[in-house]
Amino acid sequence: MDMSYGLFSDHSAEQGIIQRILPTQMTSVDNNVVALVGNPNTGKSTLFNALTGLNQHTGNWPGKTVTSAFGRYMHNGKSFFLVDLPGSYSLLANSPEEEVARDFICFGRPRVAVIVADATCLERNLNLILQVLEMIPQAVVCVNLMDEARRNHISVRLDKLSQILGVPVVGTSASSGQGLTELKQAVDDLVCGRLIPEPIRIQYDSAIEEAIAIVEPAIKIMMGRSIDSRWLALRILEGDDTIIAALRKFTSLDVMGSEEIRDRVEQAKKKLAQQQIFENDLRDRIVFTIVNSAERISREVWQHNGDWRKRADRKIDEVLTSRLFGIPAMLLLLGAALWISIVGANYPSKMLANIFFWLEKRLSALFILAGAPDWLRGALVEGLYRTLAWVVSVMLPPMAIFFPMFTLLEDLGYLPRVAFNLDYYFKKARAHGKQALTMCMGLGCNAVGVTACRIIDSPRERLIGIITNNYMPCNGRFPTLIALSAVFVAGRAGGMQPILAAVTVLGLIVFSIVVTLVASKILSCTILKGLPSSFALELPPYRKPQIGRILIRSLLDRSLFVLLRAVTVAAPAGLIIWFMANVSIFHTTLLNHCAGFLDPFARLMGLDGYILLAFLLGFPANEIVIPVVIMSYMSGGAIIELDSLQALRWLLEGHGWTWVTALCTMLFSLNHFPCGTTLLTIHKETGSWKWTLISFIVPTITGIVVCSVVVQAARLLRLV
Amino acid sequence: MERLAIPLNILPVGCVGRIKEIRAEGNVRRRMMDLGLVPGTEIEAVLRSPSGDPTAYHIRGAVIAFRSEEASKILVEMTGKLW
Repeated sequence: MDMSYGLFSDHSAEQGIIQRILPTQMTSVDNNVVALVGNPNTGKSTLFNALTGLNQHTGNWPGKTVTSAFGRYMHNGKSFFLVDLPGSYSLLANSPEEEVARDFICFGRPRVAVIVADATCLERNLNLILQVLEMIPQAVVCVNLMDEARRNHISVRLDKLSQILGVPVVGTSASSGQGLTELKQAVDDLVCGRLIPEPIRIQYDSAIEEAIAIVEPAIKIMMGRSIDSRWLALRILEGDDTIIAALRKFTSLDVMGSEEIRDRVEQAKKKLAQQQIFENDLRDRIVFTIVNSAERISREVWQHNGDWRKRADRKIDEVLTSRLFGIPAMLLLLGAALWISIVGANYPSKMLANIFFWLEKRLSALFILAGAPDWLRGALVEGLYRTLAWVVSVMLPPMAIFFPMFTLLEDLGYLPRVAFNLDYYFKKARAHGKQALTMCMGLGCNAVGVTACRIIDSPRERLIGIITNNYMPCNGRFPTLIALSAVFVAGRAGGMQPILAAVTVLGLIVFSIVVTLVASKILSCTILKGLPSSFALELPPYRKPQIGRILIRSLLDRSLFVLLRAVTVAAPAGLIIWFMANVSIFHTTLLNHCAGFLDPFARLMGLDGYILLAFLLGFPANEIVIPVVIMSYMSGGAIIELDSLQALRWLLEGHGWTWVTALCTMLFSLNHFPCGTTLLTIHKETGSWKWTLISFIVPTITGIVVCSVVVQAARLLRLV
Repeated sequence: MERLAIPLNILPVGCVGRIKEIRAEGNVRRRMMDLGLVPGTEIEAVLRSPSGDPTAYHIRGAVIAFRSEEASKILVEMTGKLW
């Protein structure tokens, strides 16, 4: 039903990865490529990190690994190249991600495939294991999350499983590193040929086996050992065109170009048709056989003793998704995270500001001492350095506190519950429920949120997710909201301050969610017409997050990331502002010219020219919007020391700000064009400038409309 | 004994059914079967979202949510028995 909109036709980014891998592998002999496949949420990424020592972030929601990751590890003096493929339930290519995984196993020529399975949910995972074993005999089954299984009184008979499957089976607990050495050893055994796998062969019913027997020999002659001929025969018989296209693309072999094969396929299909088995029935029978085999095997090797394992989980879920508490609990959790950020950010913010401004004075003195000209000191210290100091001291602390907490919720497995709670509204907006997950990612960084939209299969709904992702305030905009609400909403409320500020920011986020839904609905009725597609969302069991790792990583990674952006973006912006404020044309500074030019338009939205200019200058990174506003106001002459929120309020009020200005600034911050990085990501993901432009225009128009309405209403009601 | 088959979306929360037939077509059908939803599979409705839709089901050890549109394409017989 979905049109393709001429996009996502071949998942260029992903396919590119495979094409990049192929040559590296061919050129170096000692490159032992190991592919990591598995169902979503089996701890595949944790295993990848544990093996390679890399820090790919893992989260407890299906689809976290949307791009393949690569890394290396050493074992027995040999180097192994590990490729983490996107998690999938099946390799029968229902979605682009599954196609990537399938193509890599077929054509990336991994020496070994490590199939990661969840010990607590082995039966479902066996489905994929059996599918992979049909494609590649060189495989190790890694039964992960053994610790969690033990805790839930589940036992898995690994040696029995190995005996049935005919390949090595290793039990691991990736988060504690248990079993990794054995896993590496098993991989090495296969690579060296010390171990010859004899993978289980699934027997289909006699009609299918007959059809395979007709087609397979001809395929074997053509393909040799490059691909499992039995597997390929099945795919051709069930009418899977994607594999034929992939073959042409990666091996330049046109399997259906052979008359012999075509004839035999024809013959086999006729025979099947005589028994009333058509392509669709064949497909059903194949899946049915695999699922049943999985069930049978699971029964032999998997056992849970005692009470059903999900009881505790279910009790929690019954509260967190209940009619009464589901949505309030969500708001409470988010509100609490915001409140802690606001309270906690105060002290480090103050401390950083003190350090920076102490250093500023010393720097200034140094310049004077060195006899540097005034303009140089001004440009470097008051322009470049001060903006940098502002970005770091005001923007960094709330981020450094909020995001570890958010990551905690993510690792616990709470995000899929958010999607579950909100799906109904997304359905009403004719969008996809997983859009809620991509919005959560957008809270961290919109570019990440846009990439996460790959978890949405339908191209139409995916575009909606991409275009609307920017409504969620990212990393760089959060502190703007926090600072302004702390100054203007809570500044007058005494002891209740942080709570009021948190409630304000929470309200703004809820508003953003509503805007997202309305915009999605409008898009669904206009340029992206269509009905909601199918929806299946796994609610994974809650998992104990690795708190230490989260803290260290998000602190270090985030802080480093923010600092880097501060240096690359805020510093030059500070320099530009300083020059604009100090270079005069016709007795007015350049800054005033620009601000004056923007002013009439900005006033319509309840802003002023300087604020709008700051948003424009903030295009490369939203973090600098408030610092630029401050710089522009301070360049007016009165240099005051801004060492507290109180001082910030005086400065802003001195330039005519009211609570309406603050509100409009916050609203415009939520609803305006995405930053440069996000737009580039949108272009990369959609492969189209048209949709990139639309992603620019849609939120900007929203912002203009929302702010104008607010300011007009405030004026009409004489609230200002 | 022949039991009455009902669409999955009306299976009450807490009840178990056995899949009789999947009426979905194409990719949706495929996706469902990949999740282990084949005739004969036991399925339990476990959670309903605050707005009444979607509903999460317990299928072969995993919990998976479907919207009522999808669930209505799966026919189940009530077995009544709890896990």
